[in-house]
Amino acid sequence: MNTGATPSGLRAWLLADAPHSRVQARLGQAYAAWRAFLGNPLALIGLGIVVALIVAAIIAPVLATHDPFAQNLDQRLLPLGPDNWLGTDELGRDIWSRIVYGARITLAIVGLVVVIVAPLGLLVGTASGYFGGWVDVAMMRMTDIFLAFPRLILALAFVAALGPGIENAIIAIAITAWPPYARIARAETLTVRNSDFINAVRLQGAGPTRIVFGHIVPLCLSSVIVRITLDMAGIILIAAGLGFLGLGAQPPSPEWGAMISSGRRFLLDQWWVATFPGIAIFIVSLGFNLLGDGLRDVLDPKSQ
Amino acid sequence: MPTGSAAGTVPPGRKHRFLPGAAFSATFRLILAVLLTFFGLLLVTFLIGRVVPIDPVLAAVGDRAPAEVYERVRSELGLDLPLYHQFYIYVVKVLQGDFGRSVSTSNLVIDDIARFFPATLELATVATIIGVALGIPMGVFAAVHRDRWPDQLIRVVGLVGYSIPVFWLGLVGLVVFYVKLGWVAGPGRLDIGFEDIVQPVTGVILFDSAMAGEWDVFVNAFDHVILPAAILGYFSLAYISRMTRSFMIEQLRQEYVTTARVKGMSEARVIWRHALGNVMVPLITVIALSYAQLLEGSVLTETVFAWPGLGQYITNSLLNADMNAVLGGTIVVGCVFIGINLLSDLLYRLVDPRAR
Repeated sequence: MNTGATPSGLRAWLLADAPHSRVQARLGQAYAAWRAFLGNPLALIGLGIVVALIVAAIIAPVLATHDPFAQNLDQRLLPLGPDNWLGTDELGRDIWSRIVYGARITLAIVGLVVVIVAPLGLLVGTASGYFGGWVDVAMMRMTDIFLAFPRLILALAFVAALGPGIENAIIAIAITAWPPYARIARAETLTVRNSDFINAVRLQGAGPTRIVFGHIVPLCLSSVIVRITLDMAGIILIAAGLGFLGLGAQPPSPEWGAMISSGRRFLLDQWWVATFPGIAIFIVSLGFNLLGDGLRDVLDPKSQ
Repeated sequence: MPTGSAAGTVPPGRKHRFLPGAAFSATFRLILAVLLTFFGLLLVTFLIGRVVPIDPVLAAVGDRAPAEVYERVRSELGLDLPLYHQFYIYVVKVLQGDFGRSVSTSNLVIDDIARFFPATLELATVATIIGVALGIPMGVFAAVHRDRWPDQLIRVVGLVGYSIPVFWLGLVGLVVFYVKLGWVAGPGRLDIGFEDIVQPVTGVILFDSAMAGEWDVFVNAFDHVILPAAILGYFSLAYISRMTRSFMIEQLRQEYVTTARVKGMSEARVIWRHALGNVMVPLITVIALSYAQLLEGSVLTETVFAWPGLGQYITNSLLNADMNAVLGGTIVVGCVFIGINLLSDLLYRLVDPRAR
């Protein structure tokens, strides 16, 4: 969207006080949110980092200067230089190329966790908020139990049961990550479930499925999106922590946490091996945190 | 909070029918919720123990044992019983503190935990003290200078804390402050020459050595704990300062603050006595939560600093496929977590009359 050069006709149409169609109202709302978002430089930096991560993951073969898995034992632990921009690791692999390919793994982890967690949390939360009664009590007790656990420890226990590996790490993180989403979705559902428009829909003969999926879920989406973005940083850090402990992605995978773990032996003399993956993790989580903060200000005015 | 209901929500007619007073009823509900959560903790760990791809019978008898030996051991271990019966046995054992024997250390898991837990407690406590001592003033300062540069600076400090991997920060800290600058002692809890001087009473070396009057041991232990605690404390600082800031902004908007100022009270007194005094109540919950989170953060920190605590015990057991130790450690950490939450809820009720 390029807002600066938009003709005033389109702007006026977007910002109309009385939109003529649903599409116009939606677009107008999105436009207003985008304008508010543009006013927040930190959030824009966050957006830039996240977009850069996605782009790096897509065009990793173009950005990488070397094969991330190619070992070259004559070129072990080379310092930063014109050929190996960020140096090489203990097997002579180019660290820059490995970090670029690691972006794919990081993105895959957060993507898969979100794909599992968001629908599950929305389903549990809206169902227990809408139906109330014993469904609500049972489901909220269950989220309480999961929230009463330290997340990393629970993920560790699940990885212990399922065995180390990146797929199991993703499952373990997802199992520990859904309860807050259920909580948010339930709270949102409770605020709208007795409102007039829901009653109107019900009087028109809509069943629970239609009310929940057609009318309640869309209203929960914005707070869930905010929460997801803020959660991504935590997910990345836990995944990297599992990789660091040797329980997540396994070598030779260029996962950033695992790269730090193998580089820690050389920290004193070859500092670059463990330092750059750490900086990569830091920048990406910072990006998600900044973006999440900005989205919260725009999409979730209640939190102010 | 999900647990407990405010006194006002109980319909007047039902108030005294079952329980004497709404306050008691709320506490009763709270305890019921805690018991349920504890039950869930046991259920989850039990189920995790069941899905492990390690056959405990095979581990005990070896894979050459004849079928009848296998069956006998299987029934001795109670594995031929129905699942609910196995769960009942499991609950009874856990309540008796029996987590089984660790395969890797060949001690009882409960003894191992008793030895490793004080180290984690020491680390998390020092870290929380650092987080509270710096985080609260920083939060107050940010709220007072809202949207000006001190606020932005403190916000950035907090954001970095939310985004940096703790194990990486620990490694960098070790290189900079231990290897390069030599300001602090290295990994572990004590230097070799200082071990075994003080008899462990509580297992918290800082406390034991101070009680015994062995001040050189105390200093050495402090040298060791300060770096990992500062790194963990940074994360609690990030959380505490952010929450303090938002609570303080809320308070400084209130009318009593204006009244106090109009009466001519000094600004320092308004901020640090009146506003902060009211903020302390919700802050108790925040501090308790951050303490509980540090127990979790200690898993990674302990690995980096070779700190012989519960987190390292759980990780090492995991890598050795030692399920009894992993589940025992998980239950203990979960219980501490639940206990801290309960304690902060109760404290909250005690301090804030509105919550009763």
